[in-house]
Amino acid sequence: MENGKLRRTLSVLVDNEPGVLARVTGLISGRGFNIESLSVAETMDPAVSLITLITSGSPPIIEQIIKQLRKLINVIKVVDLTEGDYVEKQLVLVKVRALEAHRAEIRSLCEIFKGKILDVSPRTYTMEFTGNEKKIRDILTLLDDFGIEEQVSTGLTAMPRTKLDKRDRRAN
Amino acid sequence: MIDETRSPDPAEPLAHHRGSGGVKPLRGIELTGAQILIECWKKEGVEVVFGYPGATTIDIHHYLKESGPRFILTRHEQAAVHAAEGYARVTGKPGVALVTSGPGATNAVTGLAAANLDSIPVIVFSGQVARMMIGNDAFQEVDIVGVTRPITKHNYLVRDTESLARTVKEAFYVASSGRPGAVLVDLPKDVVSGRAEFKYPGRLKLRAYQPHLEPHPKQVAKAVELLKKAQRPVLYAGGGVIMSGASEPLLALAERLQIPVTNTLMGLGGFPGTHPLFLGMLGMHGLYQANMAVQECDLLIAVGARFDDWVTGKLDQFARKAKIIQIDLDPTSIHKRITTEVPLVADARLALASILESLGEAPDYEKKSRPAWLKTIAAWRAEGDAVMDYRKTDPAGCTGATCPVWNPKTKGCRTEPIKPQMVIDTLYQQTKDRDAIIATEVGQHQLWSAQYYLYDKPRRFLTSGGLAVMGFGLPAAMGAQIARPGALVVDIAGDGSILMNIQELVTIVEEKLPIKVIILNNGCLGMVRQSQQLFYGKCYADTMLGRSPDFVKLAEAFGAKGFRAERVEEVAPVIEKGLAAEGPVVMEFIVCQQALVYPMVPAGQDNYHMLPFAQAEAD
Ligand SMILES: Cc1ncc(C[n+]2csc(CCOP(=O)(O)OP(=O)(O)O)c2C)c(N)n1
Ligand SMILES: [Mg+2]
Repeated sequence: MENGKLRRTLSVLVDNEPGVLARVTGLISGRGFNIESLSVAETMDPAVSLITLITSGSPPIIEQIIKQLRKLINVIKVVDLTEGDYVEKQLVLVKVRALEAHRAEIRSLCEIFKGKILDVSPRTYTMEFTGNEKKIRDILTLLDDFGIEEQVSTGLTAMPRTKLDKRDRRAN
Repeated sequence: MIDETRSPDPAEPLAHHRGSGGVKPLRGIELTGAQILIECWKKEGVEVVFGYPGATTIDIHHYLKESGPRFILTRHEQAAVHAAEGYARVTGKPGVALVTSGPGATNAVTGLAAANLDSIPVIVFSGQVARMMIGNDAFQEVDIVGVTRPITKHNYLVRDTESLARTVKEAFYVASSGRPGAVLVDLPKDVVSGRAEFKYPGRLKLRAYQPHLEPHPKQVAKAVELLKKAQRPVLYAGGGVIMSGASEPLLALAERLQIPVTNTLMGLGGFPGTHPLFLGMLGMHGLYQANMAVQECDLLIAVGARFDDWVTGKLDQFARKAKIIQIDLDPTSIHKRITTEVPLVADARLALASILESLGEAPDYEKKSRPAWLKTIAAWRAEGDAVMDYRKTDPAGCTGATCPVWNPKTKGCRTEPIKPQMVIDTLYQQTKDRDAIIATEVGQHQLWSAQYYLYDKPRRFLTSGGLAVMGFGLPAAMGAQIARPGALVVDIAGDGSILMNIQELVTIVEEKLPIKVIILNNGCLGMVRQSQQLFYGKCYADTMLGRSPDFVKLAEAFGAKGFRAERVEEVAPVIEKGLAAEGPVVMEFIVCQQALVYPMVPAGQDNYHMLPFAQAEAD
């Protein structure tokens, strides 16, 4: 990233209460930083929600954001997933111009990227893809050659990987 | 997220509850939200509530009159919150204010921001329209929880009468624990008029909020190592010392290792102002020896201070020869503006106590280097004192016709002008044995009150540091006087600031609070004018106040006493007379407009660059 900026994926566990999301986003925007991606959902414990957000800034700024988030009364835990190994997924819906001549090629791309065709019209295909950021970027670049008419995506959601330990592996 | 650990007697009988017809045990009895709120206040030991009523809070006032703590009707909601803050600063207990919805709540916003920025526990209860009306742009509806979210430590919209008691408990806990702050509790009208059983939770444990108080032994050991090795140490103590009651261990540490101490504006009184090791305040208008000592020290021990820009000046030059030990309860204060060698996240009192314990009674430290360090400081002090001696320094020139002392005929001062510093100094001389509480407004007079009045004890100097809000002093003095009825409470004001909450003179007279107000009338917004004189080519855009009201008559109109001094020789007698007079008194001093608050580090400069001193460059 330009001038020492880091892109961070933060996982923020919060009380599942009205206004908590506003506190989290307000804290970040109130300090002049942008949220590049955001997703929120209840966890297994209905009293707790998980916010996954991506923001970028210099290391001291990221440190401040994390500490300030921890200071919010409704924030239970903040984890900087970027610190370790983690899995991430995002979902994108994309409507592509699908001329007769291109249809086969588009369908095969969809297959390669494990997408789904959700809607078909004489002029277009609407498809669904899930994957990490890179995969999503790649498929969108490829589809753009045919003409993307519309595209929406969810925020990224993420989870740390469980460390593999030899002792945990099943003996065969 | 609350685990309620019920106390043994969660709902002791409320013997004198008139509303429910005499002596009945409370268990199982439903109370209205208004009654519950007041019972909660009693449980929390609230002695006084400041505020102003309206449609959404009538129920509460109704029961408050019947059986609640003392209510002080201020004449503006902003003043109610500042008064609650003044009360909290003096007592260390949370201050409480009650305001109505809409305009009442928006008027309280400034007070919340002021308390929160200075980490003072204040809780504002605001009325709100009934739940079913919320979001309808109803009459006097404002989303005050949304408005105050970024300027409070936390805030609540109470969702039902059942959860009211728990929410109030939580509000008191959050406001006064950890790094204290301002909390708002928004009370929809139907929550207040609804009924529920009154159960007050015994102890709260919030899943997401657990302030960390104990110092880490490893960090304490590191700090002790640095303290023993330091040759030129300085203690830099802020408001955290006052908040945590750390004055005693601070004094002990300073004396045991012979470490000079400087205070921030918020920290004044945290270390005795008359102690030989005291350097005075540091920062933009800090004393010469304080800034020099910090710039030249090899170890800076920050205690409950946040390195704010007013203190540090140009950041990369601040204390750049020093290793830094930083004691702060708030993890966000660590590495926020400055990277420190030994961060110690802990309550200041506990941290200092455990450092003292590790040091032992007769610690080995760099004893040999200390006399030289203290001698260097003494030399700086002598240089500094020469500039601070207002008797010897003359303000350069005269500001002319805008000055209240100006005589158009002679084109000069009407008389030998009263220097504003002299008024503060005289006040100090006359009151230093009276353990007075000094509140201030904001401006030059505030800084002179920080420089020329010496505070030997904590909780004696009440000033708005973070928000620096004009209009703070008079209501804060009210809160202070209510907390300490027998104390001498003085508000030192400017002619600009005093008008920002002048209506409170009525409250003061009405409540028979014997507050003494000192107005330094320099005919201008002096603090801003000073910058214009020094940095804006003497173009005094919009800082001249012109004709001010006759403050003596104004005081009398409100039912207080008024005195005025226009000549140097009147200063001491007017102060004497004013202090001796019974009840509230306003003393106006017509002072020289030209006087400047010195030293001054111009914005963007490092702390070596103190006007009017020739720049003392680092070697
Ligand atoms: C509510 C508010 N508005 C504006 C300011 C900016 N300000 C800071 S000091 C000052 C001048 C205060 O004038 P006065 O009370 O007469 O004090 P003096 O500096 O003359 O002693 C002003 C306008 C402020 N601090 N607070
Ligand atoms: Mg003035």
